Amino acid sequence: MLQLERRPVDSSLMRWASPVLALVLTVITGFVLFLALGKDPVEGLTFFFITPISDLVGLAELGLKMAPLLLCAAGLTVCYRAKLWNIGAEGHFLMGALGASVVAVALVDMSGFWVLPVVLLAGVLAGMLWAGIASGLKTYLNCNEILTTIMLNYIALNLLLYTVHGPLKDPMGFGFPQSVMFADSALLPALIPGTRLHLGLAFGLLAAVAVWVLFARSFIGFQLNVVGQDHRAAAFAGFGARRLTWFAFLVGGATAGLAGASEVTGPIGQLVPQVSPGYGYTAIIVVFLGRMHALGIIAASALLALTFIGGEMLQIAMNMPKAVTGLFQGLLLFYLLTCDAFIHYRIRLRAPVRKPTHVAAPAATQEA
Amino acid sequence: MKTGKTMSAALRLKLEGIVKEYPGCRANDGIDLTVEAGEIHALLGENGAGKSTLMKVIYGVIQPDAGRVIWNGHPVKVESPARAREMGIGMVFQHFSLFETLTVAENIALGLPADEARDRRKLNQLIREVSDRYGMALDPRRYVSTLSMGERQRVEIVRCLIQESTLLILDEPTSVLTPQEVDSLFTTLRQLAREGCSVLFISHKLEEVRNLCDRATVLRHGRVSGDCRPAKVSTTEIARLMVGDDTPISTEVSRAQPGDSLLKVRNLSWKTRDPFGTSLERVAFELRRGEIVGIAGVAGNGQDELLKALSGEIPLTPECIELSGKPIGDLAPNQRRRLGMAVVPEERLGRGAVPAMSLADNALLTAAGEGLVERGLVRPGRVRAYAREVIRRFGVRCNGEDSAAASLSGGNLQKYIIGREALQNPELLVASHPTWGVDVGSAVAIHEALVHLRNEGAAILLISEDLDELYQLCNRIGAICHGRLSPLAATADVGIGQLGQWMAGDFGDDGVTDVAA
Repeated sequence: MLQLERRPVDSSLMRWASPVLALVLTVITGFVLFLALGKDPVEGLTFFFITPISDLVGLAELGLKMAPLLLCAAGLTVCYRAKLWNIGAEGHFLMGALGASVVAVALVDMSGFWVLPVVLLAGVLAGMLWAGIASGLKTYLNCNEILTTIMLNYIALNLLLYTVHGPLKDPMGFGFPQSVMFADSALLPALIPGTRLHLGLAFGLLAAVAVWVLFARSFIGFQLNVVGQDHRAAAFAGFGARRLTWFAFLVGGATAGLAGASEVTGPIGQLVPQVSPGYGYTAIIVVFLGRMHALGIIAASALLALTFIGGEMLQIAMNMPKAVTGLFQGLLLFYLLTCDAFIHYRIRLRAPVRKPTHVAAPAATQEA
Repeated sequence: MKTGKTMSAALRLKLEGIVKEYPGCRANDGIDLTVEAGEIHALLGENGAGKSTLMKVIYGVIQPDAGRVIWNGHPVKVESPARAREMGIGMVFQHFSLFETLTVAENIALGLPADEARDRRKLNQLIREVSDRYGMALDPRRYVSTLSMGERQRVEIVRCLIQESTLLILDEPTSVLTPQEVDSLFTTLRQLAREGCSVLFISHKLEEVRNLCDRATVLRHGRVSGDCRPAKVSTTEIARLMVGDDTPISTEVSRAQPGDSLLKVRNLSWKTRDPFGTSLERVAFELRRGEIVGIAGVAGNGQDELLKALSGEIPLTPECIELSGKPIGDLAPNQRRRLGMAVVPEERLGRGAVPAMSLADNALLTAAGEGLVERGLVRPGRVRAYAREVIRRFGVRCNGEDSAAASLSGGNLQKYIIGREALQNPELLVASHPTWGVDVGSAVAIHEALVHLRNEGAAILLISEDLDELYQLCNRIGAICHGRLSPLAATADVGIGQLGQWMAGDFGDDGVTDVAA
């Protein structure tokens, strides 16, 4: 008889083995799915996981997709450590793209080194504004941040669609819903010449380092951890929950806003309706897969970036539907959550009990 | 109802070699126990001695790994609490299992078979009969949320009696009662025993046990360390059985030398928004340097709210609290701490300390102002040194400053928390139930730390349900009831009867004058 039993202490091995295990299970499930679809599973998995990163251009593309994921995930880590379930990175991202585009279009005739920073700053501020709305709703009106941020995501999307179909539409664009191409002075420089990889990845890595310093060294990081683990201890110590909520949300908005700004000033070079293939949502998986740790989210963002490119590769090479990216991401999250249960619990194999009933022992023995 | 008069078997319950092992701890290690019919039997022991585990075995909450349970002469297997109730074992837990939003009758009906529960009129009648007969006045139609702790306990006991229990287990039943309520509970229990019902009385209050119980079994470290007839031996002898030979069992408290006024609280009122919370009403008192002032009270009478108001977890108007002449009523907890205030809350895990965090990180929780943080950055070396200092000075038993707070025993964690606050040299320490659930050895260490702080010139406000502790440590004492504070008077002038009246809300005046101020 199998029995789930609470561990006396949480398993730190399982904490880090769980993402690996989840990946293995995802690959196995992928294998079975390819079989069921009548495709060659080895070929399919190779196209998904290996082919996209087998040359420099491929790796550069990986870095390109990593950048927005890593930026969004860094900000979400700050929120999630404090158990603020901000689902709004997608909205912050879109607002960041929109804010940066408005300024970039306004400055389209300008040149000079200052243009790009101003454009990026506009994106950051727009992201912070969007996150600030959710933060204000939470701190002053006690609104659940999960609901408000999801709703704000849709408002941001529609705001963006309205803008590219209306005020920001390129008059010479044959009616396509897109803005004019930005001036060169508003574009991010490439990191590796000849590829599309741009400075955004450096922003992402810097953000990850900043998150590491925040939680390893700073007092405010400590306070965020305390709020997340035990809000009564935080109240007792006088760590103002309202102030920390604002901090976490604004950091989350700023990084996701920067991600959005980097996307329009990087590979795209103009505002288009489909700025984001869901980076803000995928970043949630990145944070959990990366164990809310700087190194972890770097690795996890690379893996999830791969699901985007791998999905495209399968569409081209094996004529698979676009949903394959979402499928793999969903599998990964599902298995991760399942495996995470074994951080706190373990399976005990018990010999068939001769006695008729058996009551599980509660874990607490301290007050016994 | 029958209370087992027909049962003539001398032994109601016999336990043989009960063993229960948890990961990393043998909670019960071969325990033998016998309870006769009509006997009031005490089960004594410190926290962690294995009393709760043994009780859970008897009541069928857990199954023993080895050993036999013999009920009225027959070996039985108690598979579940439902089976235990069927057999006639009733249990009153320390934390009552009542629904506050239901009436007394509804709560009792929940534990009965469907056909008995359905006839509400008959049930009401039965509740009245049983409660009258044993001197426990109860109105079956009242909502539990409106009942005092003593009345809630009566509901639990009446529930057991209606279920025709022949063995009543009471877990620390007096910790929530005023001295007068304790007397009436004992009267009820003695009457029950005379009628043949056995009572298993779990406690660590030795005076009560000597008063009430026919026999006592003492547990230590999961084993029986002795049996005695409590009335025949001294409390010191029983205490020795509980703690062993090498632990001091009381503190010598020198006389207090109160200095000038430090803390002034006036007209402190606060309305709770929690339907089951307590509002504070015009609380006023004054605290001087170098004294320990005690506030007694039955749990849930505003102690928690008062502590939060003083600590800064409840925001107030500036003027109602003054520390050294400075209004601080609107300051946050960390700001008050900077002004020399320290607080030890009642819950040590989940408020006084973050369970999953290390002791070092938990030092940072309140002691950040001791140079542990510079320009927003944590100084890990100093944090660890501070934690090590607390551990060394206060004899905290643990595996170093990296061990998680949750891994420490209650007493050791409490020593750590008191030490963390004391090392900050506070001018004012507010401590709530500092020795609740703490072993005798640690309690002595904690009392010594408090007296030491007092001698250094700090003012200490001690909120406690343990009257012995209050009488031992405090030079002034008062009580809180329904969010109102009684007068505070010199401990020597306040008899236990007077204090009991205050605990029940009878202040004899409007309750805002501070006699000694």
